[in-house]
Amino acid sequence: MSVFTLTEAEREAALLPRLVALTERHRRSCPPYHGILEAIGSAGPYARVADLPWLPVRLFKTHELRSVPEEQVFRVLTSSGTTGQTPSRVYLDREAAATQPRMLAATLRVVLGERRLPMLIVDSRSVTRDPTLSARGAGVLGMMHFGRDHTFALDEHGRLEGVSVERFLARHGGEPFLIFGFTFMTWLHLRGLGLDLSHGVLIHSGGWKKLAEQAVDNAEYRRRLGEECGLTRVHDFYGMVEQIGTIFLEGPDGDGLYCPDFANVVIRDPETWEEAPPGVPGLIEVVSTLPTSYPGHVLLTEDLGVVHGVDDGAWPGKRFSVLGRLPRAEARGCSDTFGQAVA
Amino acid sequence: MTHLDRLRYVFRVSLGLPDDADVDDLEYRAIPQWDSLAHMALVAAIEDEFDTMIDTDEMIDMSSFAKAVLLLEKHGADAAS
Repeated sequence: MSVFTLTEAEREAALLPRLVALTERHRRSCPPYHGILEAIGSAGPYARVADLPWLPVRLFKTHELRSVPEEQVFRVLTSSGTTGQTPSRVYLDREAAATQPRMLAATLRVVLGERRLPMLIVDSRSVTRDPTLSARGAGVLGMMHFGRDHTFALDEHGRLEGVSVERFLARHGGEPFLIFGFTFMTWLHLRGLGLDLSHGVLIHSGGWKKLAEQAVDNAEYRRRLGEECGLTRVHDFYGMVEQIGTIFLEGPDGDGLYCPDFANVVIRDPETWEEAPPGVPGLIEVVSTLPTSYPGHVLLTEDLGVVHGVDDGAWPGKRFSVLGRLPRAEARGCSDTFGQAVA
Repeated sequence: MTHLDRLRYVFRVSLGLPDDADVDDLEYRAIPQWDSLAHMALVAAIEDEFDTMIDTDEMIDMSSFAKAVLLLEKHGADAAS
């Protein structure tokens, strides 16, 4: 039942034909994507996943990239990412909209099981009511599908509601329960509770920027939450709206993010665009078979990352970390080329 | 009330629809009231009404009233009512 089963060689063999087929499907059905492949002279045949042409993720902010006719668009997802930026627009048909939550559920099953667990959310209920639905609200809402008896740890003003949390723990604290929140929020609020969270499974996401400013890294985060709350089952994840349904999930030992069987990462040297070997940081390219209605199956992110090892951890395949965002000026070179190609 | 009528009632209450609304052909996200937040409230209300537990995959697959009927029957609701 787990989707963390394929070694790197098996994954490459499984993904290559499916990603090649998606490249051709999007080339036929998405004119701007076709234009980009023409402009960069990418025609195949593609011998390796790393040979496939990638799209810079920011193109979803500036271009309408879809591979289904307008009348088949069932949902348009938007996310601003960083405040002030133009939102990305991701077009899902019925099939893609139905597949993505199933694959997300399959990915999380390895740590959560089949059951919807009682769920403590380290946020305010109001984030889910925001009509425009911020990235944060959308994230909370998406995760809420994996829980029951949803309890928000913060009040409408963002203050910790210790009593609510105590009541939640009185009801559920002796059985497995789910805790979800953004990395910084969980760090800020969980440690102050002084409560036993040892039966909890903590899922968190959102990045380390704010914690890095306080010189808190993942090892310190895990150590302190373990010591102060009894939390031993802690899983960070990395994902983006442009590849909705695909997340890279931290393994049980905290030794990196792992790829589900339908996805992988390629770390690229930002100077040469060649694949960087394990241990050498570069830009993160994410590949996934889920984007069928829009050309998001091979995306170059603006995040820096590093592969720590391959087939050497708790789950097979690559394990990697996200190191932070590439400074803006550096990212401009590649996406300008693509921007002009589709203009 | 049959389990179908009870399910119709749960749908109307959870989605904030009028008492006489016809819900038999409803599909997830086809009306503004049945959004992602309402879906969770609906699933919780079905669990309470029929004293059952709905798993993650079942919740994701419950994309229409008709699918909710099938789900309930799988959980044995037809035998109980």
